[in-house]
Amino acid sequence: MLEGATEPDPTTLDPTAAPEKAAPLVPPEVVAQTLPEYLHGQWLRIKSGESGLLPVLLALAVIIVVFQVISPHHVFLSAGNLVNLFQQSAFFMVFAMAETFALLLGDIDLSIGYVGAVGGAIGVQLVQPATANWPWEAAVVVALLACAAIGAVQGTLITRLRLPSFIVTLAGLLIFNGVLLMILALGPFSGYPSLSGLSSNLHALYDFMWGHVTPLVGWIAMVVIVGLMSLSWILRDARRRRSGLVAPPPAVTYLKIGLLAAAGIVVVAICNINRAAIGTLEGVPYSIFIVLGVLGAWTLLLQRTRYGRYVYAIGGNPEAARRAGINVRGVRTWAFVLCSFTAGIAGLLYASFLGGMSNNVNGGQLVLYAVAAAVIGGTSLFGGRGKAANGVVGGLVIGAIYNGMFLMGWDVKLQFVVTGLVLIAAVTVDSLTRRGAATGSAGRF
Amino acid sequence: MVEASTGEPLCRVQGIYKSFGAVQALTDVDLDLPAGQVTALCGDNGAGKSVLIKCIAGIHEPDRGQIYWEGRPVRIHNAHDASALGIETVYQDLALADNLDIVQNMFLGRERLRHRFLDENDMERAASETLAGLRVTTVRSIRQPVGSLSGGQRQSVAVAKAVMWNSKLVIMDEPTAALGVTQTEMVLELVRNLRDSGLGVVVISHNLNDVFAVADRIAVLHLGRMAVQERASAFDRQSVVEYMTMGTAGMATMGPRANGGGS
Repeated sequence: MLEGATEPDPTTLDPTAAPEKAAPLVPPEVVAQTLPEYLHGQWLRIKSGESGLLPVLLALAVIIVVFQVISPHHVFLSAGNLVNLFQQSAFFMVFAMAETFALLLGDIDLSIGYVGAVGGAIGVQLVQPATANWPWEAAVVVALLACAAIGAVQGTLITRLRLPSFIVTLAGLLIFNGVLLMILALGPFSGYPSLSGLSSNLHALYDFMWGHVTPLVGWIAMVVIVGLMSLSWILRDARRRRSGLVAPPPAVTYLKIGLLAAAGIVVVAICNINRAAIGTLEGVPYSIFIVLGVLGAWTLLLQRTRYGRYVYAIGGNPEAARRAGINVRGVRTWAFVLCSFTAGIAGLLYASFLGGMSNNVNGGQLVLYAVAAAVIGGTSLFGGRGKAANGVVGGLVIGAIYNGMFLMGWDVKLQFVVTGLVLIAAVTVDSLTRRGAATGSAGRF
Repeated sequence: MVEASTGEPLCRVQGIYKSFGAVQALTDVDLDLPAGQVTALCGDNGAGKSVLIKCIAGIHEPDRGQIYWEGRPVRIHNAHDASALGIETVYQDLALADNLDIVQNMFLGRERLRHRFLDENDMERAASETLAGLRVTTVRSIRQPVGSLSGGQRQSVAVAKAVMWNSKLVIMDEPTAALGVTQTEMVLELVRNLRDSGLGVVVISHNLNDVFAVADRIAVLHLGRMAVQERASAFDRQSVVEYMTMGTAGMATMGPRANGGGS
């Protein structure tokens, strides 16, 4: 792109150019050895349509500033509200990460709202002391396996019988709405098995959302996480240099580590402020660790393994994937398994958030929010582009809107409208960047 | 037909028949594909070019006839057999995933692992060596998505992907069909580079300019039969067109005889 600006068509092969081969093969942001050069390279990248998380982070910043200014007593950025906001967003984030598997393939899974709710209901029912009284670990495992099995059935129908995912999972939405009501009707709870009670198993599930670690443990966990991430970045750069490849300048890596550490310190500091009106309520909620765990696992799976690479390849060009010898059916079926499995985690978080499960859970709306969160976060509806992290940021945007409008005392009607408008904006950005990436190349070469 | 070059060709197709139901696609087709030479395969629509290529690439199995690879008779049952021999095909649609970068596309389906995770460094180094070997030097970054490349660059990536795996014969289906003048020149240069590094190259093309620009040998199919195959200098444009449309060159231009009648 740098040389493309001066020369009308540098694409012709130059037989004499072989000796200086290495230089143009490396991206400018990698070739850069100083911070300003690196930032310039990143800017070129953003201009060429590889904007990543930047637009949604800007949108999030705007939402935060607006609500902070207009919320009564500027309560939006108070410690109590920020933790609350995260908890309201946590299950959206995990639902969005679930949907990401389907979206990356260019498919959609409309059933995950109710599939997740079924998982949550199974978990809640199994720990009821009056009936099953299972240990909570076993209840969680069974709930998640049940969700994974649902995903396997839907995925098999979609890939083996070549049915459209939209229709199969739309049927799933209806079926698992019914199944949810059946599961909830079991036992003497009149359709509302609750997590309140004295049993330690009830408490354990309730604590998924509402429990927290002590302030000291929060700090230790933060130091460990930031330390491991920093170490992995430094080692990765060192390994690239050893292999004769160009690594980003050290200043960039240190800047990244600094930002990560700052973010970690801010999060833990906020969570460790006493947020109770009476008594003490302080510490990092478990839900943050659950979300981070899912984020870390799926980021590793999607970015660093063959399976993840194949998911992107199928989303980008299924025919190319097939010709490359990839087992397209298997990869797709597993993606629906992972989608439903992750929805199960989200459903358990949601059950914990609600303090039980009730028959007026709206799984149809949950899945719409999941798709919205993923797309707002930057995952493409057209397949092949997006990461788990996009779902987390998108979930945060939806949570922030929900939370801010609740603080303002605005009606739920308005909340739907605003969320819808944000979604439209996100899809617009999605298709504009796609178009930008396509036409930009014509200009570049 | 006696081939000008000495020794056994890299790949020799002898007496291939292929029919699809009642349609006889190939009838007694012979074709020699020597190493270090570019063979242009010409023919009108429906002449059987694609079927012949797919028989060599393992997509179709011929009904009768024999393929010799480096002098040994071989059976190619599927694309995997073909790539095991060193035959790689670059189809017209290139089969690239636009959302993946150049390295990821070149290693698609054959990723290298390190401790069960993708070994990006190793793949990046190997990809950049291959591209440099092909003298593809103009891409901004091998870490840019293939969707942002020009048509000629995409073709180069597809070819680089094909030659990464110690291939000996590269088959290119209409490599310049969708390209402009400069891009076409870039791809033709790439074809010459492949030949100069000792690979056998087959180019299917309708474009006689391209054929005469790169081909060392020209083979013309007509209605499923091999009308002629000869070194390129034995043809002029007129005769190629006549072979393509009529199966023979009636004019007294020069004398490569049709080999359908056979020895």
